[in-house]
Amino acid sequence: MKEEDLTRQYKAVAIGGSAGSFSVLTNILNQIPADFSLPIIICCHRLKHIRSGFIEALEIKSTKKVTEPDDKESIKKGCVYVAPANYHMCVEVGNTFALSTEEMVNNSRPSIDLTLETCAYVFKDKLIGILLSGANKDGARGMKKIKEYGGLTIVQDPTECTIDTMPKSAMAITEIDYVYPVNKIIKFLNELHNYQNKT
Amino acid sequence: MQDISINDTKRICEVVKDKYGYDFTNYAMSSFKRRINRVMEIKKISTIDNLLAMIKNNQIAKDEFLHEITVNVTELFRDPSFWRALKQVIPNLFLNQQKIRIWHAGCSSGEEAYSMLIVLEEMGLLDKVEIIASDIDKCILEKAKSGRIQIRKMDINEKNYIRYNNNGDIRKYFQYEKEYAVFDLELLKRVSFREINLVNAVPFTKCDLILCRNVMIYFNQQLQKDVIRLFHESLFMYGYLAIGSKESIIWSDVAGKFLVVNQEEKIYKKYKD
Repeated sequence: MKEEDLTRQYKAVAIGGSAGSFSVLTNILNQIPADFSLPIIICCHRLKHIRSGFIEALEIKSTKKVTEPDDKESIKKGCVYVAPANYHMCVEVGNTFALSTEEMVNNSRPSIDLTLETCAYVFKDKLIGILLSGANKDGARGMKKIKEYGGLTIVQDPTECTIDTMPKSAMAITEIDYVYPVNKIIKFLNELHNYQNKT
Repeated sequence: MQDISINDTKRICEVVKDKYGYDFTNYAMSSFKRRINRVMEIKKISTIDNLLAMIKNNQIAKDEFLHEITVNVTELFRDPSFWRALKQVIPNLFLNQQKIRIWHAGCSSGEEAYSMLIVLEEMGLLDKVEIIASDIDKCILEKAKSGRIQIRKMDINEKNYIRYNNNGDIRKYFQYEKEYAVFDLELLKRVSFREINLVNAVPFTKCDLILCRNVMIYFNQQLQKDVIRLFHESLFMYGYLAIGSKESIIWSDVAGKFLVVNQEEKIYKKYKD
């Protein structure tokens, strides 16, 4: 990874994932430092009508507390947020979440595209977008938007994904800065942590 | 989908306010911009300037604009656990009086009001309740009044009802036609539907229970505060307020005048004037 991609003063990490991404997410949350300072905003496809259990399952091995934000809640440093079941999770100018029950996008609510696109608009080049394993193309447009706004784009290496449609769809429509297996994504987040703390 | 700048949203709000008399300034901009994009897609409009020109020249009817801008995604018994919690609360509404009034603020196509009718009917309380259901959108109110729900949406409604009730069949409250399931009109006639815009609404009556779920998420914090104050004023002492499971009243200046009845399901009780 280029040094300049590590030293930028990022404001947030946004992660999208669907089928096959749950264990990847738990891995990431298990191996990032407990004092990782950037907010981590996760949009992951999940059962629409099951509200409880998901956060708890993600949190079991996590070094950090995981929460579903309320509407208009402020995005705070060092927190991990997950899109609630059956709501789109967007980010609003002024660094707050804005939830929505609008129509499904790409057959999904929450839609990864909506989370990533609104993050891109608010955080511009100070955003890292990471797209993991998944069985549909949700998230591809969001990654494109992140790139357009100058953010850093990373996808899970399709050869390693349980289902590679999601990262491949993103790679097909936009430039992806790094195609990494999970262990390199985790290594990157740890290095990033060290750099962000140095400055 | 094109990016709409902050300046563009300001221009749109001004023209819309001027032409239609509706103020969207304090809506949540992330969703408002998507709704604008949606209108532009439906009407095949390519630029903001064209959109503004069309509004100014009466090429987009007010009712149509409102209908597309507002979000009308709803279900019968949405969040079944909420309805179970509410069912526990309802008897408390009769502690001090014989008859009660319920207001569904932002009722959309009516599913929440229909759910309430079913709950009250099954509790044997229907004769003791007056129900008001309001929305900003005239078109959706007409739909709500018709009782019609597209058949393809009934699957989730039936499942929600079973999750709420553990058994039973919601289909007994509907007449099935070709494309629609039509809600029991005998029950439906108990609801008084009204056109109300929460942005500039004033208290019009006193209620024992107000439901406003997943409506305020489309407003910014300032407007949410105003609307929560309106609800506080519109509630009798010890009346209840129910909001969406991911909504909050904590930043409202009247938050301290409510007790939390159920934190998970966001049910509150007014205990101070």
